[in-house]
Amino acid sequence: MIRVAIVGAGPAGIAAAAVLAAHGVAVTVIDEGREPGGQIYRRARAGLALDIDTLFGAEVWSYRKFHAAFDRLRDRIDYRAQTLAWAVGDKQLHTVRAGAADAVDFDALILATGATDRVMPIAGWTLPGVFTLGGAQVLLKEHGCLIGRRIVFCGSSPLLYLAAKQYGAMGATIGAILDTTPFAAKVGAAVDLLAAPNTLARGFGYMRALRGERVPIHHGVTLSAFEGASGVERVRFRDRSGREHVIGCDGVAFGFGLKPETQLAELAGVELRYDAVFRQWLPAADADGRCGGNVYVAGDGATVGGAEAAALTGELAACAVLEDAGIASTNVDPRRLRRRVARLRRFQRGLSRAFAWPAATVSALDDNVTVCRCEGIAAGELRAAIRSEFGPTEVNRLKAITRCGMGRCQGRFCGLAAAELTAQMLDVPLETVGRLRAQPPVKPIPLAVSLARNAPAAARDETSAPA
Amino acid sequence: MSGRVVRAVVPSGPPVRILVDGMEVTAYTGESVLVAVLAARNALRQHEFSDEVRAGFCLMGACQDCWVWLADHARVRACTTVVADGMSILTGSPPGFARD
Repeated sequence: MIRVAIVGAGPAGIAAAAVLAAHGVAVTVIDEGREPGGQIYRRARAGLALDIDTLFGAEVWSYRKFHAAFDRLRDRIDYRAQTLAWAVGDKQLHTVRAGAADAVDFDALILATGATDRVMPIAGWTLPGVFTLGGAQVLLKEHGCLIGRRIVFCGSSPLLYLAAKQYGAMGATIGAILDTTPFAAKVGAAVDLLAAPNTLARGFGYMRALRGERVPIHHGVTLSAFEGASGVERVRFRDRSGREHVIGCDGVAFGFGLKPETQLAELAGVELRYDAVFRQWLPAADADGRCGGNVYVAGDGATVGGAEAAALTGELAACAVLEDAGIASTNVDPRRLRRRVARLRRFQRGLSRAFAWPAATVSALDDNVTVCRCEGIAAGELRAAIRSEFGPTEVNRLKAITRCGMGRCQGRFCGLAAAELTAQMLDVPLETVGRLRAQPPVKPIPLAVSLARNAPAAARDETSAPA
Repeated sequence: MSGRVVRAVVPSGPPVRILVDGMEVTAYTGESVLVAVLAARNALRQHEFSDEVRAGFCLMGACQDCWVWLADHARVRACTTVVADGMSILTGSPPGFARD
């Protein structure tokens, strides 16, 4: 029987694990979280009396369904929480948990690594109190904590409205919702958005409820700056008619949709292809998540699509693994899964227009605005490098010269903006400037762990380690 | 200002005492270092390469902008590390260490 390793215990990873376990396949799930759920179904920490019904509202059934399914699965899989998969070899994942190195051997690998917030630098975005939109939600779900008392939700994402509603329900004051995409774009995307009418209706429901509570909502704004002395105190923006406004706050949650975590796929040898709709590089896979060889992808880490699509693509990837191993699958119908995923993909295309990535605003960034928050590299430093004689025309070269993207996050949060800025300066299509390549370890690990990489068996069993 | 992060749910479970730059701060069992520090302070740490202070950003283990020093010279990622009683957290680097 084959051994399958799955990275990620969110909706995609757990859906895949459930299908495989039901077919008697040995499954190991590696996940960084303390508990399963990924970011979307993040569980409240043990003992915290968080009112899940208030927090999740109409979505509470899917949260409960996920965790009930995991509880049934728990004893039939090798589930390793708080474990980072930091490198991948041909048939082996290198992992670290609480500073101890280990390895997981596999015949097939399913990467369900999820996504992080996609951000565009804005003046003042490194101030204390400015957090990602997804992060603001995670803090609330896991710890029952708010990022501040009076919050501005800004950027462009359907999650702006959901997060504001959740924060309002938990006692925060909502300063404003500032959406950089004009409302007309949402109307224009209606045909595709109707592919998921219930989700669309819920979204409008949130918007209506927030308006009913007199939360200021502006569409089509230009975010000018997050300002404050030792932390964020106000957001400066222009409304769609060009008039300037300033809103006081002590917390900002911002984001422009999501960015797949593709680092492990890249290290596993998966080709990344430029996607013109998302303006991002995504793992090249067939409709079931096959990337070639023994690697499969599912969920937002493959293509951003939301929790429902994540679970469906997790099941599809599991079916593909079974099929490729010559195991007949029962109780799952891949054709039906593919049809449902196709419908949700159309919805996602609609969302990408209704909540647009503001690629063009990179040209308006002041030279002194930080692009790479790890290394503290400003837009002007990137522009100077690109303008110089024989300057970089590709982002890895730009990184080598300026250190942008060379810090601890490995370009997760500056990579897209650096690429947009380079393409805009050179007046070339975005895909021609490339993307920042992933390097192992995909996240920081203790030096002792990377030294033990070539002897993972010894690291597992210290008694056999040479003296 | 005092704390940045607001505990919207009253923590159950026993309090734990931690030190932040040598000052005693009360936190709660199961909280992350980030929550514990930011419930009492404006920021988490001094940025290595500028005069800025930082308070984390992504809150989900991806941006790496919340690594803090402990007094015993260990370094931890504040958003994914659980507080322990007696933990001594530094918002700068320990004496004798360069800023980075």
